[in-house]
Amino acid sequence: MSSLLISGGRVIDPASNLDAVADVLIQAGRIAAVTIRGTHVETSNISGGTRTIDAAGLIVCPGFIDTHVSLREPGFEEDECTATGTAAALAGGFTTIAAQSDTHPAVDNRAAAEFIRLQADRARNCRVYPLGAVTKESKGEELAEIGQLVQGGAVGFSDAKRPVANSEVMRRALEYTRMFNRPILHFAMVPELSDGGVMHEGFEATRLGFRGIPAAAQDIMTGRDIALAELTGGRIHLMCVTTIDAVERIRKAKSRGIAVTADVTPHHLLLTDKVMASFETMYKCNPPLRSQDHVDALIAGLQDGTLSAISSDHQPLALEKKQVDLDTAPFGICGIETLLPVCIRALIEPGHLTWLQLIARLTTGPAAILDLQHGTLSVGQPADVTLINPEKAWTVRANEFRSRSRNTPFDGAEFTGKVVTTIVDGEIRFQHDR
Amino acid sequence: MLLSEILASGPWGERHLLGLEHLSADQLTTVLDLAAYYDRITNGGTQRLNVLKGIVVANLFFENSTRTRTSFSLAARRLGADTVDFTASSSSLSKGETFIDTAQTIEAMGIDLVVCRHRTPGAPHLLARNLKAGVLNAGDGTHEHPTQGLLDIYTIRKQRGRIAGLTVALVGDIRHSRVARSNIHGLKALGARVIVCGPATLIPSDITRLGVEVAYNLDEILPEVDCVNLLRVQFERQRGAFFPSIAEYAHLFGMNGDRIRRARENLMVLAPGPINRGVELTPEVADGPNSLILNQVTNGLLIRMACLTLLAQERRNNQEAS
Repeated sequence: MSSLLISGGRVIDPASNLDAVADVLIQAGRIAAVTIRGTHVETSNISGGTRTIDAAGLIVCPGFIDTHVSLREPGFEEDECTATGTAAALAGGFTTIAAQSDTHPAVDNRAAAEFIRLQADRARNCRVYPLGAVTKESKGEELAEIGQLVQGGAVGFSDAKRPVANSEVMRRALEYTRMFNRPILHFAMVPELSDGGVMHEGFEATRLGFRGIPAAAQDIMTGRDIALAELTGGRIHLMCVTTIDAVERIRKAKSRGIAVTADVTPHHLLLTDKVMASFETMYKCNPPLRSQDHVDALIAGLQDGTLSAISSDHQPLALEKKQVDLDTAPFGICGIETLLPVCIRALIEPGHLTWLQLIARLTTGPAAILDLQHGTLSVGQPADVTLINPEKAWTVRANEFRSRSRNTPFDGAEFTGKVVTTIVDGEIRFQHDR
Repeated sequence: MLLSEILASGPWGERHLLGLEHLSADQLTTVLDLAAYYDRITNGGTQRLNVLKGIVVANLFFENSTRTRTSFSLAARRLGADTVDFTASSSSLSKGETFIDTAQTIEAMGIDLVVCRHRTPGAPHLLARNLKAGVLNAGDGTHEHPTQGLLDIYTIRKQRGRIAGLTVALVGDIRHSRVARSNIHGLKALGARVIVCGPATLIPSDITRLGVEVAYNLDEILPEVDCVNLLRVQFERQRGAFFPSIAEYAHLFGMNGDRIRRARENLMVLAPGPINRGVELTPEVADGPNSLILNQVTNGLLIRMACLTLLAQERRNNQEAS
């Protein structure tokens, strides 16, 4: 039986609140032992054929989990496919992702969910769990076959970037998914207020002449979703929170015991609407980049756990779709490969989060949202492990992405900190120069 | 004064004219002075010169416009430049050619200056980043329309001899107006007091950060203002109804004979046009003694001659340097 020893790294495992120099032993694809340095090492566990990775100077942590990644297959293979999207995930340190339902056709039936899993098995990169659509064709009108989607492997339900605007439909969806104890991942936005908008509504939009997407569009829908979660007892997960008021509403709802969780993206933590003065379409994303006061509220939300997960909200888009004017360009950032360095820049370098907190928002946080067993280095768990060189200075080169797409605002940006090895089921699936 | 002296005297140094926001008072004055020079020596732009001989100006209009395009073409030809018109319908995008492809294709034919109008803010800025030619923004969505701002300012300055200390009211649809933004930047830089006035739904709340005052009652501010610039209601850019009816708009914000009589005697009435008669202003005002609407059209030609000259000069300088 093959075994692997990750030796002498700084092991960070939020599930056990561990942050110490330790050895991680992997046997038969599972975590066999985590031994803190200075304690007795049971050498009997380590067989002669053990391969050793010298992890001195590296951070060793559970593989990251992303609660919503757009893989674009079937229907939009010009942007991404399962094989490239999951390869990109590995390069970003992710060992588990939930695949968005926004394919064409949408994942609103069991066969579609099983196709996602089939393609993921063929790609043999990271783990992929499908998200099912909440409504048929994600039109927001009639419930999708949620029960059969669960049988097809759906771990949660989402109409991706299309809000379930009709409150009665959302109410039924929250009631119905309760049967299966699955969350609804909602993009909380009032369409009437956001439609046609290009960027955050505020002074910058006024100055540049763009139609704005007001923070109120997200505030209002967040409030509605929380009220419906309370009414129904269903589980709501709010994707891509970007506003002061939404964070505050979620914080209050959580303190009252309502089943609400929320995530935030790296770009909403690092960038503000000021960048739109460049008229660069790579910055166009939905929700839009907000102003600094909103960014500060998001960071506070991450610090106190109101926002329990960080998601790349990976939206790969073929270059030609972005090489147009800002009104025409679609929303989205190809973000999974740059998530960690952007988070380090936005959160670790200014001292907003500790490494233990950041890793928690990328592992135990998202695992709890989707009820997954992954995201820990507990003995007996499948060995999904990510190794990070926190000191590695490097430059983002979009043309070196594993993703099929290159729509990043960070091309050419210099960062410190990089994923160097990603292990799934005890097998090294991604490796980069340290 | 000779043209070469004019060009040498004022600061310019811009390869492109994308907006008025980032121009200094001195740069704005350079344009205005050059327009005044052309006014004198060409008898209001009616005589031909050879200042731009050998320069090719491409009009790249992705949005319909007859007035501005004609004005630019005429300005270029009056100065001896060659012009090509390229009117792109939205269908060129559906053919798969991106906006930048289109511009690069035109540039490859050998042009010096591109005059661009597009429905999206920042489109000329993208061109400027991707082309070697000088780019002149002829209106980008609801962002800026620098030559319109300059011609409005020129019209006021010609009338009063100065901008500093004057009070100018921009009336109407501020939210959807590129003319408003260019006027605000230019007028503020030159020392005017600017009031924006219109329905609250058409005035973004944070516009005050551009240094303007906001008023919702035209009659209250009218006695204080030297000039009203009546912005066209942009029915085509509005999403849904921003005010209850055209009649109510005209009642609250339309310039009519009564309001003219209550205003300062020599009130200057500007309107960028094309005007909606009976909405922003009544025919009595449009055709009355306070109206400078047709002066604006003539001055537009002079301003565009000045802008084309400055950008062409800059391009020649850069080509010599390289």
